[in-house]
Amino acid sequence: MHVVWDNREAVALAFGYTLLLFLISGVLSMVLGTFLAALRVGPVAVLRLAGTAYVTVVRNTPLLIVLIFFRIAGPKMGIKFNFVDITIGDVRLNNVFTACVVGLTVYTSAFVCEALRAGINAVPLGQAEAARAIGLPFGGVMRTVVLPQAIRAALPPMASVQIALLKNTTVAGALGVVEAFARMRGLTNDNAPERISLFIAFALIFVVLVEILSLFANRLERRWRIA
Amino acid sequence: MTMQEDEPGEPLVVLDKVDKWFGELHVLQDINLTVHRGEVVVVIGPSGSGKSTLCRAINRLETIDKGTITLDGEPLPQEGKALAKHRAEVGMVFQSFNLFAHKTILENVTLGPIKVRKKSKAEAEARANELLDRVGIGHQASKYPAQLSGGQQQRVAIARALAMDPKVMLFDEPTSALDPEMIKEVLDVMVDLAKQGMTMVVVTHEMGFARTAADRVLFMADGQVVEENTPEQFFTNPTSDRAKDFLGKILKH
Repeated sequence: MHVVWDNREAVALAFGYTLLLFLISGVLSMVLGTFLAALRVGPVAVLRLAGTAYVTVVRNTPLLIVLIFFRIAGPKMGIKFNFVDITIGDVRLNNVFTACVVGLTVYTSAFVCEALRAGINAVPLGQAEAARAIGLPFGGVMRTVVLPQAIRAALPPMASVQIALLKNTTVAGALGVVEAFARMRGLTNDNAPERISLFIAFALIFVVLVEILSLFANRLERRWRIA
Repeated sequence: MTMQEDEPGEPLVVLDKVDKWFGELHVLQDINLTVHRGEVVVVIGPSGSGKSTLCRAINRLETIDKGTITLDGEPLPQEGKALAKHRAEVGMVFQSFNLFAHKTILENVTLGPIKVRKKSKAEAEARANELLDRVGIGHQASKYPAQLSGGQQQRVAIARALAMDPKVMLFDEPTSALDPEMIKEVLDVMVDLAKQGMTMVVVTHEMGFARTAADRVLFMADGQVVEENTPEQFFTNPTSDRAKDFLGKILKH
């Protein structure tokens, strides 16, 4: 374990990247995923089809391929993120980091969409009918009656999707972002005899991070529980 | 019983040659029905006879394929804001109550008045409390629907519909999901409502309610109105074989 301690600043920085990848992609994927879910449950057939096509293509593609697309194929096709170059202390957010955020967002949003759709489907049809019967228009029915209940039902699968995202950020390590996985690989190369304890240390840190995330989800679930 | 001695009021809900298909199934066949202001029409009939569909068509929770439905002389709008406005004028009580599960009893009753009628919160709450007292739930206003019994939930659902000051109230098998001992508390509220002159269309299996509160009984079978009569005539002397058969089955216990 002393290797981790001796390199604590580098390890902390690496997990900083991990958390940044997670937080930025997490928020963006929820925004894009909500939009996709709205397309998929909405009344317009063309938009429903577009939403379904997106989910089918993206969800059926391995994450590594999605990331490689934005990291390697994208720039050759003119999808570049060179305009991003932000430095905050030791943290540098450049085009590589951005490509990974975009890839993780694109990939995760398909799962967010499906988690939300599961929540919407879990709301009994009678709730929407009762809301319509008192004269609420479509938007009002969704905003005041269906979505507040759908989000409660979608919370457990949504938590799973976000937990998967937190761990999926390690794939970005293979593509040039020195996040936790890449740092671990570096340390094991330099300290081969300590390999096992390094694996365990990094795994434990991930366990703690995911546990914090699921505690947060559990608290939300309890607070939003109906009566 | 309000209208029996009086002249019937003016026509309020009029269905003219209404047809509807569910795929191959012709669920509503050439339905003609006029409900007058202040009248209580009870629709009875076997399962699958189309009576719920008829009830739901009046506020367009079911679309119809042919014919017209008018409320107070205005044809039913197809969709959008106009349809929402129409629905605000029609109170609906469902078999499964459908109270908004994430809102308190009080919020259930005030939601429509505040969001649709644009009343102030204070005004809506005052009226809601008055209505909840009337249906006997006043002291439970801050609870959530899941904390109430079925009969209590259904009475809240009636209060929620009344809070919109509807022109007509539709009841789609309001007591079918209730335990026997809770049926009475809901029917009592409905009988009161009928006495106060509310225009009502009630789909039900409660023959007792039909006898005491109905001005007219509509008997439906296989998508058609088979018989239309006063409750007294219908129960003592049904004219159609289909109705005789139906009454023979349900009254023999």
